[in-house]
Amino acid sequence: MTTATAKPAPPSRFLDGAGDWIFRNLVAIAGWFVLITLFLAAMSMYWGGREAFNEFGWGFLVSTDWNPVTEEYGALVAIYGTLVTTAIAMVIAVPVSFGIALFLTEVAPSWIRQPLGAAIELLAGIPSIIYGMWGLFVLAPILGNHVYPWVDENMGQWPLAGALFSGPPLGIGMLTAGIVLAIMVIPFISSVMREVFLTVPTRLKESAYALGSTTTEVVWDIVLPYTRSAVIGGIFLGMGRALGETMAVTFVLGNAHRISASLLEPGNSIAASVANEFAEATTPMYQSALLALGFLLFAVTFIVLAIAKLMLMQLKKREGN
Amino acid sequence: MLKTFKRSLATLALAASLTPAAQAAEITGAGASFVFPVMSKWSADYNAATGHRINYQSIGSGGGIAQMKANTVDFGSTDAPLKPEDLAASNLIQFPSVMGGIVPVVNLAGVQPGQIRFTGPLLADIYLGKVTNWNDPAIAAVNPGLTLPTQRITVVHRSDGSGTTFNFVNYLSKVSPEWKTKVGEGTAVRWPVGVGGKGNEGVTAYVKQIKGSIGYIELSYALTNKVAYGQLQNAAGNFITPSNETIQAAAASAEWTKSKDFFLIVTNAPGEQSWPITATNFMLMSKKPKNPANAKAAREFFTWVYDNGAQQATDLGYVPLPAPLVEQVKAYWTTSLK
Repeated sequence: MTTATAKPAPPSRFLDGAGDWIFRNLVAIAGWFVLITLFLAAMSMYWGGREAFNEFGWGFLVSTDWNPVTEEYGALVAIYGTLVTTAIAMVIAVPVSFGIALFLTEVAPSWIRQPLGAAIELLAGIPSIIYGMWGLFVLAPILGNHVYPWVDENMGQWPLAGALFSGPPLGIGMLTAGIVLAIMVIPFISSVMREVFLTVPTRLKESAYALGSTTTEVVWDIVLPYTRSAVIGGIFLGMGRALGETMAVTFVLGNAHRISASLLEPGNSIAASVANEFAEATTPMYQSALLALGFLLFAVTFIVLAIAKLMLMQLKKREGN
Repeated sequence: MLKTFKRSLATLALAASLTPAAQAAEITGAGASFVFPVMSKWSADYNAATGHRINYQSIGSGGGIAQMKANTVDFGSTDAPLKPEDLAASNLIQFPSVMGGIVPVVNLAGVQPGQIRFTGPLLADIYLGKVTNWNDPAIAAVNPGLTLPTQRITVVHRSDGSGTTFNFVNYLSKVSPEWKTKVGEGTAVRWPVGVGGKGNEGVTAYVKQIKGSIGYIELSYALTNKVAYGQLQNAAGNFITPSNETIQAAAASAEWTKSKDFFLIVTNAPGEQSWPITATNFMLMSKKPKNPANAKAAREFFTWVYDNGAQQATDLGYVPLPAPLVEQVKAYWTTSLK
């Protein structure tokens, strides 16, 4: 910094330069590794699914057919199921995660913050098959016996939205899958939110409190604007996980290749279809259709994340003005 | 001192040179998950008896067929038999290994195992979504002694491709022309109605949880999970309760001698006491194996299975092949392999 300090004798400029060069390249390789693997994985799935894409063309995207006997395949049921279960999961998970993170950073007494935070991170470590089994053996009977009959009877009569909630109370189906997914992604979203809420400078919050703000006002006017982009990033991290979740969904979704208006009815998702059917997909076209589904999951996730990125850029622009 | 060292070295060398001759074969197989439990038991017992190791990977029938066609394993296993022309094209032979029964199971208050009766066409109509309530006259007609509730029928099927589904829908195709044209048969089909559970355990769990549901699972699952299985009317017109005896009766009454390469699906078997939905697992082997010594060892293993493996199979809920069929398999080996 200052000229007063004695220069430490450099051992060798050449070695320094070489070390730096090696280091730069190592990190660059690590960075490119992700991109290349991603690209190759997507391409190999496209290559595996090319027969199905050639055979059915764009119709593959809009057809609800899935008939291994006559070898007619379409992806619409699976795409629909993936998007609907993810949407349900996000509708539940985002507000709950938000509450958890705010409670932990702003409201909770300090002695409870650490154990509760650890508990949430533990939830993130539970394998998805456990969530699936819990969903099937514990949650589904409770919902099927106590909750869904009520939902069917009362909410099923609503105008317009009623169709979403009328149906046989099986206990398994789109709504159950969405609920299980929500519980699975809550730890991810809430721990990201908690981390970023902690980065809000204390002096900002304290200034607001000093000016007479309530906790609610501090949260809405200080914490949220400061962390908005990171919070949205956390939400999309959870969404990415919900889109691709396989085992837990397979257990409680009902795996029926049908689109029904009701959320109480069974459906299917991309990941569940592939997991269920790949092992016994005996014909080349069947396998190809499943790989094509895998490629579509890539595409769907990419589109969803791209939309998220665009939204973030839009937000940033508005902040700049 | 040196002498003893030399001697021990010689003994070592001798021992080393002797080992390959007595070395245990390492036989690899892959395929249907249906046989995996009994295959594990057989491999363990065979290993204890002979020292040979069987490494069976339960990757599904499709995988078993693919690996066998690529000739990367010593034997493959499939729940749906290959057609003789397919076998010839890939230089394969095929023979049955073990059998099992598939039973319809229901979840109805007060209905005990073996009480409720179905006919084949009735079962097809339920799975087609034409019979939708348990109070349907068609169900009452075959169950005069049973009072059935006014309750919606929830159909449960397999969500994964499986040999169990293959045999079940093959049976429905045989007894219902409408099923044959509308749905057809395969290891996975487009189900007109219902929800799908993954694996026998998945279907069992769904049936146990959804009131008024009906599913189809392997008999051993129905027995161990205490689910109410039903009687089924067979081709001879008798209502049959599923059991080892009635499944073996089906195996025995099937016309294996008329089949080429054992291409026969033993559903809707003739015979007074035959259980109508009997599943057979098949083994595939190459006529031109990559490793002839291993192929020979695999054949010895299956000979041992036929001669000594019946008890293990029965214990695990499978049904061993009837004796005449075993003789036919052994004769088939000698004619089709040199």
